[in-house]
Amino acid sequence: MTTCQSICLALAAWTCATPVFAQSSPDGLTPAQLAARAKARDVPEIPFESAPDVLKLPPNIYLGEGIGVATNSKGHIFVYTRAQATRLFEFDAKGVYLREIGEGLYGLVFAHMVRVDPQDNIWVVDEGSNMVIKFNPQGRVMMVLGRRPEPFDGPPPLTPPTAEPYEFGRPTDVAWDPAGNIFISDGYGNSRVVKYDKNGRFVKAVGSRGSEPGQMNLPHTIAADAKGNIYVGDRSNSRIQVFDSDLNLKTIYDKVGAPWAVCITPGPHQYLYSSNSYPDNNNSQLAAVTGEIYKMELDGTIVGKFGHAGKKLGEFSTVHEIDCRNENELLISEITAWRVQKLTLHPRRPQ
Amino acid sequence: MRMPLQLTVAALAFAACLPAQTAPEIAYDSIPDLLKTPDRMQLGEAAGVATDSKGNIFVYTRTGGGNATIGGSRIFTHGGSRLYEFDRTGKFVREIGEGVYGFLFAQSVRVDAADNIWVVDRGSNMVIEFSPQGRMLMTLGRKPESVVMSAAGGRGQSNGAGVPGDNFNRPTDVVFDAAGNIFVSDGYTNARIAKFDRNGRFLKSWGTRGTGQGQFDMPLSLAIDAKANLYVADRGNRRIQVFDNEGAFQKEIANIGAPWAICISPGAHQFLYSSNSNDPTNLDNGEIYRMELDGKVLGRFGSAGKLPKQFGTVNQIDCRDPNTLLVGEVLNWRVQKIVLKP
Repeated sequence: MTTCQSICLALAAWTCATPVFAQSSPDGLTPAQLAARAKARDVPEIPFESAPDVLKLPPNIYLGEGIGVATNSKGHIFVYTRAQATRLFEFDAKGVYLREIGEGLYGLVFAHMVRVDPQDNIWVVDEGSNMVIKFNPQGRVMMVLGRRPEPFDGPPPLTPPTAEPYEFGRPTDVAWDPAGNIFISDGYGNSRVVKYDKNGRFVKAVGSRGSEPGQMNLPHTIAADAKGNIYVGDRSNSRIQVFDSDLNLKTIYDKVGAPWAVCITPGPHQYLYSSNSYPDNNNSQLAAVTGEIYKMELDGTIVGKFGHAGKKLGEFSTVHEIDCRNENELLISEITAWRVQKLTLHPRRPQ
Repeated sequence: MRMPLQLTVAALAFAACLPAQTAPEIAYDSIPDLLKTPDRMQLGEAAGVATDSKGNIFVYTRTGGGNATIGGSRIFTHGGSRLYEFDRTGKFVREIGEGVYGFLFAQSVRVDAADNIWVVDRGSNMVIEFSPQGRMLMTLGRKPESVVMSAAGGRGQSNGAGVPGDNFNRPTDVVFDAAGNIFVSDGYTNARIAKFDRNGRFLKSWGTRGTGQGQFDMPLSLAIDAKANLYVADRGNRRIQVFDNEGAFQKEIANIGAPWAICISPGAHQFLYSSNSNDPTNLDNGEIYRMELDGKVLGRFGSAGKLPKQFGTVNQIDCRDPNTLLVGEVLNWRVQKIVLKP
């Protein structure tokens, strides 16, 4: 056997031993990577930087999983975090610690999201107590929705819970239309969006578990635009479903990966941000194809994207909530990095 | 003429099954922001509310902070409920029983004629008496060493009268007669009334699960009149049963929905109040009835909802003043002061 023949045989053997998908899948990605990667291609990058040390924590206060972050009209920052107990902290616009809200409260069990409404009331969504709690700007409880299950009711049933008007199954997020109606994405257990009037009285609910239009597979985040349209991050279906204020399905955006966190900017020209977050199971395979945040027009047109998975400042470790009260100065909270980052975007002006 | 008579009887029987929808509405106001708690002591589910002879207000509430200690193969539960005292204007005075072993899942608080404060805890299966100074005087029942949260029991599974003594199974309320005898409704899992003397010695208990006279389906709230008759809110059977002091059935009152919380006002002319509270899974019903002790409905007020003047699953009523009630709400995490204008 000549040297040349040996090399040829070795090459053939190597080729045969190489997994088939590496040859047949686009860009050399595994099926899991392909499923997690956003469909959008050739999206322009938006330059940005992340400011260090955004939140100044007192010596004995720590953030846990950075689950929720939101600002009020004065720029104060609210962080809903999983510590040994779930806690809600308030910081001023410069990140100086002000106080804790709702310490020891019955409904704070396992943090999920925090949002601030137009009147600066602070709302937390707790997936452990199955409750949504409204605090006034002074930090006092004004209204509660849902009810924490009593400890004696036994373990939750194996079958999906029945979707009761006033009970949630691990709810995820809350939004309001201009009339003050309350929309709650519900959630890990149920697969629906529930609408209440501003006084907390049930109006209607839509959605069931599935992948058909109008069905949901983990509605994880929700936002409303100035016309009262409701944007639902249907995370495990990797799409954003848009409903009108009466919860009729209008359109679906499915090019931006799995929407873990969505938000809509205020002002005359509103933008929609959505994070295709790096999954919180730390699957390192997926780090290469997830982690970026998309900026969109409300009609779904992608304007740009920024960021990628990672642990360094300016990299994203499972973004869980985005505050975009300021279009080019975002706050993001991350699950696996236990932190909040402030991002300053530098979008290129349209030519 | 037989048919019309039968029809009339049928119509009367049918009407008796319906809540007293036609009862006159009683005008009322709600005092907003009654209780001023420190920020760190906001109320959770306001399961219990009561006043003492000076008008001080006691609230037994379900709070956060409940925890489980993992020890060996058993899980021990602690905390999760707190007892607060306010003065008559709603100013916060103090916490009572902070860290006490039996505070797990608040159900009821009552104040006896000597101003001792009694709490009923549905999680630890205990009734605990505190002096007016807030020191522990007596306990009834015993907290299970390790609480099995996922017991197959759940709500209302047991069908007997329970252990004939002071081991309770999800007890719900406590009241006292003029001689100091103690009555405990027991409760969510047992279906009986237990009677103890003033020193906590077990005297008797009566009742089994069922729908007959002297049977119960979730006896949830108790009241006692000046003649020492005992009124039991038999919620699942949608009636109030009245017994004499020895447990002999006297009568039932059955046109006021499902009684979640009852109370009887003091004084020469006593009134009976009963709340047809909304189940926490809906915002239906919610009205409170005002009655004579014989069950005659004098009027009704309120409905379920989350706004002031509305009620979110009223779990206890204080009616020391018959026209100024305090109501503790499970669903709305608050106590309202209701001023009636009958």
